Amino acid sequence: MAHPYFGVFFLVVFTAIAFIATTTLSAFVGKKLAARETEKLKLSIYECGPETSLQPNKISAQFYLYALLFILFDVEIIFMFPWAVDFKILGMFGFIEMVTFIFLLAVGFVYAWKKGALEWHSMK
Amino acid sequence: MSDTTFFVIETIVKSLIIVAVFSALAGFGTYFERKVMAFMQRRYGPMLVGPQGVLQVLADGIKLFTKEDIVPANSVPLIFKIAPVITASTAFIAMAAVPFFPSFEIMGHTVSPIVADINIGILFVLGAMAVGLYGPLLGGMASNNKWSILGAARTVVQFLSFEVITGLSLLAPIMMIGSLSLIDINNYQTEGGVAGWLIWTQPVAFFLFMIAAFAETNRTPFDLLEHEAEVVAGFATEYSGMRWGMFFIGEYANLFTVAFLVSLVFLGGFNDLGFIPGALAILLKVAFFFFVFLWVRSTWPHIRPDQLMWLCWKVLMPIAIINLLITGIVILA
Repeated sequence: MAHPYFGVFFLVVFTAIAFIATTTLSAFVGKKLAARETEKLKLSIYECGPETSLQPNKISAQFYLYALLFILFDVEIIFMFPWAVDFKILGMFGFIEMVTFIFLLAVGFVYAWKKGALEWHSMK
Repeated sequence: MSDTTFFVIETIVKSLIIVAVFSALAGFGTYFERKVMAFMQRRYGPMLVGPQGVLQVLADGIKLFTKEDIVPANSVPLIFKIAPVITASTAFIAMAAVPFFPSFEIMGHTVSPIVADINIGILFVLGAMAVGLYGPLLGGMASNNKWSILGAARTVVQFLSFEVITGLSLLAPIMMIGSLSLIDINNYQTEGGVAGWLIWTQPVAFFLFMIAAFAETNRTPFDLLEHEAEVVAGFATEYSGMRWGMFFIGEYANLFTVAFLVSLVFLGGFNDLGFIPGALAILLKVAFFFFVFLWVRSTWPHIRPDQLMWLCWKVLMPIAIINLLITGIVILA
C-alpha cells in the first residue's frame, strides 16, 4: 500500500545513515591526513588554555522559567490547530469557546508578566 | 510496473533529489551570502578560487572534510557525535511535507514533487523543524564547555519562544483555509493572481511569521546562539570539520524550508503568475526571500537576549492573539 508517511520514514533512515557516514568518513580521512602529535592541550576546551576538568553544567534558572512558559502556551497552540481547521464548521459556538479558553490563558499570561517572569534576570 | 512499486521508487528518487539538491544549495548559499554581503559593504567577497570565486564552495568543502576530527576531553563522545546529525537530518525530514513545484506528468503517471503527501503538512514541517532543536541542545551540553552550555541554553529559549509565535501566526491563515495541507493552502490562492495572495488578507500574520522565521533559522538580528562577541560560537564552540559542517547544512536547509513555507502560505505558492509558469514563480519567490535574509543580515545589528524575549512575549504574542481574534470575528461576521 502507498502509505503517506513512507517518504518520511525513508528520509529519516536515509538522512541518518548518510550524515553519520559522512561525518565518520570525514573523521577517518582527517585522522589519516592530520599531523598526529599528541599534546596535552590539543583536546582541551576552548578557554584560555587551562587543563580540562569536569565542569558542572549550570545555567541560570531564568531559562527554565521560559521553558515552563513555552509548555503552557505551545500546548495551547497545538490544541488550537484542529479548532482552526474546523473553524467555519464550528461557527459562533466554537469561536466563543475559544475566546473563553484564550481568556483563561491570558489571565495566566498577565500573572506571569506581573510576577516578572518575562523580565531577564529580574532582581525582584 | 505496479502502482506500489512505482510509488516506492518515486518516493525514494524524490528523497534522494531533495537531499542532494539542498545539500548543494546549502553550499552555494554560503557563496551567495558572502557575495551579497560583500557587495553591500563595497567589497568583492571571494574572488580567488575559480571565476568570480565560484569554486570557493568546493575549497571550503574539501577543507571541512579533511580537517582533523577533534572530540574535546571530558565531553560525552556519543552524544557529541550524534548532535550534528540530528540537526542536519531533521532539516531534511521537514522538507518531506513541502510541495516544491506544481505536479507534472511523466510516463503516464502524475508526479507531484512532494515526498510525503500528508494531510497535516504544515504541522509536520513545524514539528520536524522543532525537533532540530535537540541538535544544538545536546551538542552544547555534551561539549563540557561554558560557552557551549550558554549557547545551548540560549538556543532552547529562543527556539521555544518563537515556536509560539510561528504557531499563532499560522493559525489565522489556517482558519480562513480550513486545511493544514500545504497543497490545499496553495490551491486556496489560485483565484485572482496577485490579488488572491494571502499576504493581502493576513498582513499581520505574514510579518509575525517572517520575524519568527528569522529567529527559528538563527539569522542575524536574532543569531544570539552563536554570537561571536558574547558566547564565542555558542553551542558549536567545540565543533570542527564536518561535524560543524552538519550544523551548517542543517541551518541553510532550514532557511530554504522557511523560504518555501512563506512563499506557499502567504505569496501564492506555485500558482502561475501572469505569464510566468508556477515552477519558476515559486523559485523567484524563494530566491527573493533568501536575498531578504541576507539583506537583513547586512542591515541590522544584533539584539540582546532580554530584548529578544521582550519582543517575543510582550510584543509579538499579544499581537498574534489579537490578530487571531480579529480574523475569527471577520470570518463569522
